[in-house]
Parts: sequence; structure tokens; C-alpha cells
Amino acid sequence: MSEVRKSEDAPNATGMKAPLVQAHDLAKTFDVSLPWLNRVLERKPRQLLKAVDGVSFEIEKGKTLALVGESGCGKSTVARLLVGLYEPTRGGLTFDGQDAHAVFKTPAGQQLRSRIQMIFQDPYASLNPRWTVEDIIAEPLREHGILRDGAALKERVGELLKSVGLSPLDMPKYPHQFSGGQRQRISIARALATEPEFLVCDEPTSALDVSVQAQVLNIMKDLQRKQGLTYLFISHNLAVVRHVSDQVGVMYLGRLVELADKHTLFDTPRHPYTRMLLDAIPKMHDTGRARTPVSGEVPNPLNPPGGCTFHPRCPHANARCKSERPEFLHLGGVRVACHAVEEGRI
Amino acid sequence: MSLLQIKNLVVEFPGRRGTLRALDDISFDIAPGEILGVVGESGAGKSLTGAAIIGLLEPPGRVAGGQILLEGERIDNLPYARMRHIRGRKIGAIFQDPLTSLNPLYTIGRQLVETIQAHLPVTAQEARRRAIDLLNDTGIPAAAQRIDHYPHQFSGGMRQRVVIALALAAEPRLIVADEPTTALDVSIQAQIITLLKTVCKDRGAAVMLITHDMGVIAETCDRVAVMYAGRIAEIGPVHQVINHPSHPYTAGLMAAIPDIAVERERLYQIDGAMPRLNAVPQGCAFNPRCPKVFDRCRQERPDLLPAGATRAACWLHDARAGVSA
Repeated sequence: MSEVRKSEDAPNATGMKAPLVQAHDLAKTFDVSLPWLNRVLERKPRQLLKAVDGVSFEIEKGKTLALVGESGCGKSTVARLLVGLYEPTRGGLTFDGQDAHAVFKTPAGQQLRSRIQMIFQDPYASLNPRWTVEDIIAEPLREHGILRDGAALKERVGELLKSVGLSPLDMPKYPHQFSGGQRQRISIARALATEPEFLVCDEPTSALDVSVQAQVLNIMKDLQRKQGLTYLFISHNLAVVRHVSDQVGVMYLGRLVELADKHTLFDTPRHPYTRMLLDAIPKMHDTGRARTPVSGEVPNPLNPPGGCTFHPRCPHANARCKSERPEFLHLGGVRVACHAVEEGRI
Repeated sequence: MSLLQIKNLVVEFPGRRGTLRALDDISFDIAPGEILGVVGESGAGKSLTGAAIIGLLEPPGRVAGGQILLEGERIDNLPYARMRHIRGRKIGAIFQDPLTSLNPLYTIGRQLVETIQAHLPVTAQEARRRAIDLLNDTGIPAAAQRIDHYPHQFSGGMRQRVVIALALAAEPRLIVADEPTTALDVSIQAQIITLLKTVCKDRGAAVMLITHDMGVIAETCDRVAVMYAGRIAEIGPVHQVINHPSHPYTAGLMAAIPDIAVERERLYQIDGAMPRLNAVPQGCAFNPRCPKVFDRCRQERPDLLPAGATRAACWLHDARAGVSA
């Protein structure tokens, strides 16, 4: 719990209004035990997986926070916690001053949900193949009771399609008639239907080719500029993150290890894991340069190492790193969880 | 002499509503020990080119024209049994998903020993010793114990190392690697690329590396071929193609990739999408999306023309017409 107090005590950037989204000590534990009978017969204990373990961050209105990390680090679980698809095991989310998970349970939750929308990774799986584009985009409008009248509904769907660079003439078509990039635009149009303020984008371009990725990223940036949207952008591609975000959080085994302003993070990465990730990216332009060797793999999250979970792969680990879990501290304008950085060893 | 020569390769898929031409007049070669990258968007024909070389085209797909020569010998028209001998012995293959390329019911040792014995005249003990050496070379710790483990006991990165060991088992002259790192995390991806590069250089094996990741190409390859709608749009030395692309498609593709080192407010975008195989436009397939299109592009299809240090299939580089980019 000391982790939370530390981050709250620390000075907030002066003169800023309260952030739109605040996650404090968000945690989600999954029970991945064997069925009861197997546990009894095989004498196995209950097994818990800490998918997200105490993540805190803020996003200001109109800004983009990107979360990066390797598979299994808990990025998508954070996304699902933020839109209310999961109930947090600990901690909570404050959205525009209200405790979001408490409100989700009340009748007013419906209204709050319409202000937070999500874009999923796979545009082939997230659109119903038996529905027309019109039905897909009109569904949130009907569901939230925003528009009921047929003609007005049609007009609004047409507007939404135009805002993502498609044509109102596409309304009677089915998803299979579109390419991957166009489908992802349909998902964006659907997410925008309720005029949300906050969009959670879980790897929105990972399934797309680069030329199409550029189209989708440009549209997302244009929409943010025009409508003042706030994004949580999840990606494993650091180059994409550098392009879209204002702030970047790096996750490792369910925790944030570094959270900083984009320029600071890319120019002067502090945490050894962030440095390793940046070194691991194949660079397009300095060809021929040997990359810094990266060793080891992400440990099994069911049985994470003690102390700092990164210590088995860290070149700067010492005895303290093996025994004591580092706190997420404010250090020179960035937040970082690392003993070596705290002690000034690196 | 080139190790592999592809001459005017055509691959077709006959169907009820007409024949789809998936690869149309592809020519390139790979020198011994060279790493050739093949890039392009999904559906451009990258994997199909690889499948045609290793003789694993899915029916009804078939080689409808052209030749594939390995060490001067035609391999595209060989009977199945002969091709089976070449596959593995002379050409190794690495696929995208390491879990589906390994048999989950056999230990990796058994799979390696079987492959080695199928191609090389060695005893079981000798094959096992070689298998352990291969696992050591591909960076698997405690190889002598791990050899008796099953594929599910390995992590994704380790499995891909096993697949690389398997591809190298019979000491092939050419490795066809189809998106070998796409299913892996960035930190693992870096390890696998470095490994692939060193083991192939050590053994003098040539590699055809198929990927959609330009960063991987830039760090690994000697030459690169850019594919678009079943044809090669540009081919040349990797630095030239990346830094001074000659084909407008290559140029657009390079500009569309977010670069970790450079920050831009907007990414360059190529509008539209690659045409479907049943609707490839007349003339140059890229003409509806090309910013430099002119009349000739809509009528005549360009072949690869010399363009500086590379060759590009673009009328801008036709010396006879006196037009130059």
C-alpha cells in the first residue's frame, strides 16, 4: 500500500486541472486453480495469477497514454479493467471525479459506459459477420437510447462513417466486403457512436499491414484533435507508441516499471527493462549495427521471481533487487520502479 | 553460380470462376551464403513464393510457368518422392508458428534424430550427438537434458530455436524462413534474428527471409525484394532499397512505417488498398494508388528495369523513354 501513498504525496504538475482518468493501485487476480476434485485428489493448492498488480496512472483530457510491454504483462487486462469488463480485485478507477466501478453497478452506469468505449485488436473477430455496417454502428446508439428514430439513426451512422473516411453508401454492406483497415475504421466508427470522451484502444493496428496502419493511426490522431478524445493506447510496437502517445507506461509482469513523458522516455530511458526493449527493436536506418544482446525471457507469471521481478534478466541486479520489491517512485520527473535508478547506480 | 534461380515463375489457382494468377512472372536469384529478404503486405505473394520453392503449394495452386533451379537443377517439376528428398536435405524451412511446426506427441530429440537419419547416413547414437550439438548451437541451455522434452515444455522463443535446429539438421544449402519472428515478442525476436543470421553464416547456408517487418530486413539481409500484387516491385541491396527507394510503392511503404528514431506529426499514407487477385488493374498494378502515375502506367505493365543500384518495375525508370525519376 505504501506504493499508493507515495504516488499521491508526490507533487502533481502545477496548474493542471484534475485528470480525466485516474487509476490507483489497480489490481486483478485470476483464479487459475484446477477444478475442486482434482485439487483434492492431487493435493494441489489453489493457484492465483496476478495479471495486474497495483498499477497507478493518470491521463489528462485530450491526451494519450500508451502502455507497452511484452505478451502476458497485463496490458490487455488493464484495458478491460478500465472499460468495466473486469471488476478490479483491488484499487479502482476514477473517471471524471467518480468511482467508475461503483457507478457501473448502479443504473447510472449505462450512461458512464457510453462515455468510455473500446477498440479491439482484431477487426475480423470484433465485427458480427451477419450484421450490416449500419446495424453494427447503430447498435450502441440504440442500446444507449441515444437515437431511436430510423431516419435520424441513418443520418448519424452516415456521419460516423464519413468521420472515419468511409462512405455512407457502405451502410448496407457486410464486414466481409471490407479490407482489414476498413474494418478497423468501422470499429472506430462504432466506438465513436456514443460520443465517448475516453477510448481504450487495445492493439488497434497490430493486425494491419504498415500502409494501412498509417491510415488508421492518422485517422485516430485527427479525431483526437477534432473531438478532444482521450486515449489509452496499448501496443507492443514502440515505434507506433512514439508516434501516437503523450505519455508512455512500460509494464512488466503486471506492474508499471516506468511511466514518463514520451520524449523523456525515448531520449533518456531509466529502467533497465525500458532500455532493453528500446535496444531490441530492429532499426530501419542504422543498418549493420549489431544490436545489444538481450538475454532471457519473461518469467512465468504464476511463479514470478521475488524482489524486483525483472532481476533475473537485469544486468544491474544486486542482492537488494533479489529480495526487496522496488516501489514506484517519482525520480526527476519520471516514475520508475528500480533500486538501481533510485540509488543512482545507473 | 547462383544457388537458387527463379525464372519467370507463375503460380495459378484454377477455380470455377476463372483462374487466379497469384504470382506473375517472378524472377530473382540467391547466391550461396546470401540472405535475401522478401517484404510486402499480406496477399502480395511472399509466402506463396516460399511455398513454390519448397514444393509445398496447396492444391489447386500450381506452378503454371517458369522454372525454379537449385544448384542448376530444375526442382519445380520433380515427382513428389524426389522433391521430398530435396526438402530438408537441400532446402530447410522455418515457419511462423513454432508450435504447429513441431509434432506435440514426440520429444524434440526424436524429431531431430528422425530428420537427421532420413537425410544423412549416420547411426542413431551419432544422430543424437548431432542433435545435441545443434541444440547447443541454437542456444538452448542444458541441451543434453532438454532433448528429451516435448514441445509444450518449451517457451515460444525456445521452440523457434528448436525449429531452426530442425531446419538445419540435414545441413541444407538454402533455408526458407517464412515470418520466423512474427509470433514472438520483441525481446525474443531480436535473439532469434541474431541466431538465424549467425548459424546460417557459420554454415554458409543461404536464406530467403520472408517478413513484413522492414526493421528485421534492414538488420538481417544483404538484398531485399519488395512484392506487390504477385509481382516484384523492386529488388536490390538492402541499404539502397531502404534509403533510396526507386519504386513509388517502396517509397510510400518506407514513409508509412513509424520510425522509432524520428518523430513525425503525421505518417505518410498510401491511400487505398492492394487490389484483390481477381481485380488487378491493367498496366502497372500499383497505378491507382501511385502519386506519380502517368498514361503509360495505365496501359502497359512494366518489367524490372535498372534504377540506380536497384531494379524497379516502374516506367519512371525506362531509359528509352527518356523519363527519369
